Amino acid sequence: MAIEAPSAPVLGQALKRKEDPRFIQGQGRYLDDIRLTGMLYMSLVRSPYAHARLVKIDKQPALAVPGVLAVITGEDLAGLGLHWMPTLAGDKQMVLATGKVLFQYQEVAAVVAESRAAAYDGAAAVEVEYDALPVLVDAKHALDPGAPLLRDDREQKTNQIWHWESGDSMATAAAMAKAEVTVKQDVYFPRCHASPLETCGCIADMNKATGRLTLYVTSQAPHVYRTVLAMVAKLPEQMIRVVSPDVGGGFGVKVGVYPGYVVAVVASIVTGHPVKWVETRTEHLGSTAFARDYHMNVEIGATKQGRVQALRVHTLADHGAFDSQANPSKWPAGLFNICTGSYDFAAAFVDVDAVYTNKPPGGVSYRCSFRVTEASYLIERAMDVLAAELKMDPADLRRKNFIPPERFPYTTPLGWTYDSGNYPANFEKALGLIGYDDLRREQTERRARGELMGIGISSFTEIVGAGPSAQFDILGLKMFDSAEIRVHPTGKALARFGVRHQGQGHETTFAQIVGSELGLPAADVLVEEGDTDTAPYGLGTYGSRSTPVAGGAAALCARRIREKAKKIAAHLLECGEHDVEWADGKFRVAGAPERAVTMQDCAFAAYTNPPPGLEPGLEATYYYDPPNFTFPFGTYVAVVDIDPGTGEVKVRRFLAVDDCGVVINPMIVDGQIHGGLTEGFAIAFMQEIPYDSEGNCLASNFTEYLVPTAVETPHWETDRTTTPSPHHPIGAKGVGESPNVGSPSAFVNAVVDALSPLGVRHVDMPLTRERIWRVLREHGVVSA
Amino acid sequence: MSHHIEITVNGTHQALDVEPRLPLVFALREMLDLTGTHVGCDTTSCGACTVLVDGTPVKSCTMFAVQADGCSVETVEGLAAGGELHPLQKAFWENHGLQCGFCTPGMLMTAKALLARNPRPSEVEIRRGISGNLCRCTGYQNIVKAIQQAAAEQSTAAAAGD
Ligand code: FES
Ligand code: FES
Repeated sequence: MAIEAPSAPVLGQALKRKEDPRFIQGQGRYLDDIRLTGMLYMSLVRSPYAHARLVKIDKQPALAVPGVLAVITGEDLAGLGLHWMPTLAGDKQMVLATGKVLFQYQEVAAVVAESRAAAYDGAAAVEVEYDALPVLVDAKHALDPGAPLLRDDREQKTNQIWHWESGDSMATAAAMAKAEVTVKQDVYFPRCHASPLETCGCIADMNKATGRLTLYVTSQAPHVYRTVLAMVAKLPEQMIRVVSPDVGGGFGVKVGVYPGYVVAVVASIVTGHPVKWVETRTEHLGSTAFARDYHMNVEIGATKQGRVQALRVHTLADHGAFDSQANPSKWPAGLFNICTGSYDFAAAFVDVDAVYTNKPPGGVSYRCSFRVTEASYLIERAMDVLAAELKMDPADLRRKNFIPPERFPYTTPLGWTYDSGNYPANFEKALGLIGYDDLRREQTERRARGELMGIGISSFTEIVGAGPSAQFDILGLKMFDSAEIRVHPTGKALARFGVRHQGQGHETTFAQIVGSELGLPAADVLVEEGDTDTAPYGLGTYGSRSTPVAGGAAALCARRIREKAKKIAAHLLECGEHDVEWADGKFRVAGAPERAVTMQDCAFAAYTNPPPGLEPGLEATYYYDPPNFTFPFGTYVAVVDIDPGTGEVKVRRFLAVDDCGVVINPMIVDGQIHGGLTEGFAIAFMQEIPYDSEGNCLASNFTEYLVPTAVETPHWETDRTTTPSPHHPIGAKGVGESPNVGSPSAFVNAVVDALSPLGVRHVDMPLTRERIWRVLREHGVVSA
Repeated sequence: MSHHIEITVNGTHQALDVEPRLPLVFALREMLDLTGTHVGCDTTSCGACTVLVDGTPVKSCTMFAVQADGCSVETVEGLAAGGELHPLQKAFWENHGLQCGFCTPGMLMTAKALLARNPRPSEVEIRRGISGNLCRCTGYQNIVKAIQQAAAEQSTAAAAGD
């Protein structure tokens, strides 16, 4: 159970969250809770076709609906040059369609009305005539000679968006050719969706008199929105204020800028009123950025004894109709080349081909750091395929190939330098805790009785905290993050950050960091995020970057305050600055530690009695450019039983032993792990957005896109090891995404392990009852 | 055409004129400013909108306001009677039963009705009892723990009152 804030803050305490009182009393302020005077509502008309020419749009029936004030089409936006907008990935995307539509649920027109209901009625009344075109759904056919060309607006007359590669292809080919054993496997990571419980939405409020635009929006990255808006809408940046109020979950889907936001801004300018637009769940699942959709082919070359030597990966990436991923600019496939994982490969090569299809755009990092989930799933799955080929226990194969602790910092053949790690210690702890050897014995007995029991291991390495500015930027904006701290005269502090939490608990954990650096109780540090008028510039919360980047800024900003406070302390203690030490949360005279002043004393003096010559006040700003990423890791073990009659998989146990470096608040870390594991479970077993051959979305709401309830969700067992990051100011690494990155492979490995006596080596996610039942039927376990 | 309805919300009598097609959730959120009750889907799947109508948990996105005429409605805003947190609210806070908080009001109301029906539910009964409420953040484990704690606390309090 959590504890009350003690008077002396210490990192690592399970403090109750400071943000909770408002949420448990229904006093949160989420986007849709905001109502402005004179506010209008907007609803979007969307395409029922996946690929069609737009013949005609008739606004009149909508304008006849009582309460409807305006209908906006792509042609109207074209007049303003706003019918297309740039994406964060260097492509462009239609705001409202002109000429043709490229995916089902694409935005075609907007209706602005006095009430929510009138806006919906109006949208239903707009008459749009389409002329259907041939549809391209399967990415594997995107480059076929006869494939329809989707983006005829581009100079390049092909559905290929880009080709990207990493590593040494020659060295890898040579090592692969020499390897005693090679395995090869196709692995598909299905298209899925983050779908937080709150959908996306905004209120655009253009004040004609002042010329200032306030955009309230469900955003994980409000500063980036402000800059993008300034660029897209050609508004002076100081005249834009972006406010991201309480956010009801994000998981990566609230990083991108969506067409609805741009249209709402135009609607507010046109009508002179604030305009609210909130997606329905169907709009969210049907059009707002998807995740994954990677068709991967993996090869490993190894010795007969199971020492891995070479890794080669070819990937076909389905990006939908526009390339609107939110990746760092120079990294079109994100950090996918982390795919050598926890293992010591001598050579590796990866390439990715991205193509257009008639599906919604996206490719967001769904609870992961830029395609790391795909990479981690791939290598952990491939290691099990190799173990099966070698008839080796997958645990022993991993033991043989871990990067040894003494090799850190370790540089991978694909160029990453891992900061710190102790994989064997973490691994053995997990296997010991779950009783791995006993489980294998039990499995042998059960198999003899014809039962299907599986044990799956994932011993993953993550890469988080984008990122060092030399290589990482979004639209040229370097991926630093920032903190600003003001210590008030009474010794209480206000700390503001450029990131924006969506449930991760920053109001508590950042107060713990700042408090522990300044010797203040966490209760005395108020954390604020989300308002670009007040927060320092930052790139936002995603890719587990808040703790690695903004958490570093928090500590270093507080240390900057401490430096100044030390001068004040010397003045108060009537000694030289070099005689003052910071110990146990106070400034003390060296050699006479009982002579001490507190940060509160210094804060008061900063405003009432500053030392002569010193600028009054006690505040600081810090922009932290991390020297490297952090590399959290862990070992996850899943134990499953499969019903041979129905194909139903029961997760009997799941243990996660994470290493995220120094822990700020263990209660919050465990909570993040529970949540991430649940999403990993969902991806492995339930969540997928499939399309039929006409491009119809087959999972556009929660009755088809299945997210787990409390009944399906397994009970999670968690534990930890602690390997601090050597370069992070407090040694923390970040944790929000590890469980989602590391767990799908543990589940799939367990299910495939259960099915392995049948000769099964791989089954693609989601592992629905039906899919497993079909496997069982193919192998004669169940009769047709 | 609007209908006149009278409902009691968190103990206060309210007279409203509503369109017949107005879902109860919008009457609560937009006419009475009780924005603690959220909307998370359009298929009655998520439970973010759960309120108690005459003590029964109801997904207020799927009930018309006119259907609540004459009923007593309880929302999350009514939980902390007299400024004191309800044992469930306390337990959610102490056990980290929430992250983004979006599902929390609906979860709390469902849990309240569950404990009224079954004061000492087992873990399985709790998981079944909240299975109409989705949470995307917590993985449910701490929610279950919180409800168990509140149940224990309430039955201790009830025993002390006997
Ligand atoms: S809003 Fe989802 S069930 Fe009511
Ligand atoms: S706490 Fe975010 S949905 Fe439950």
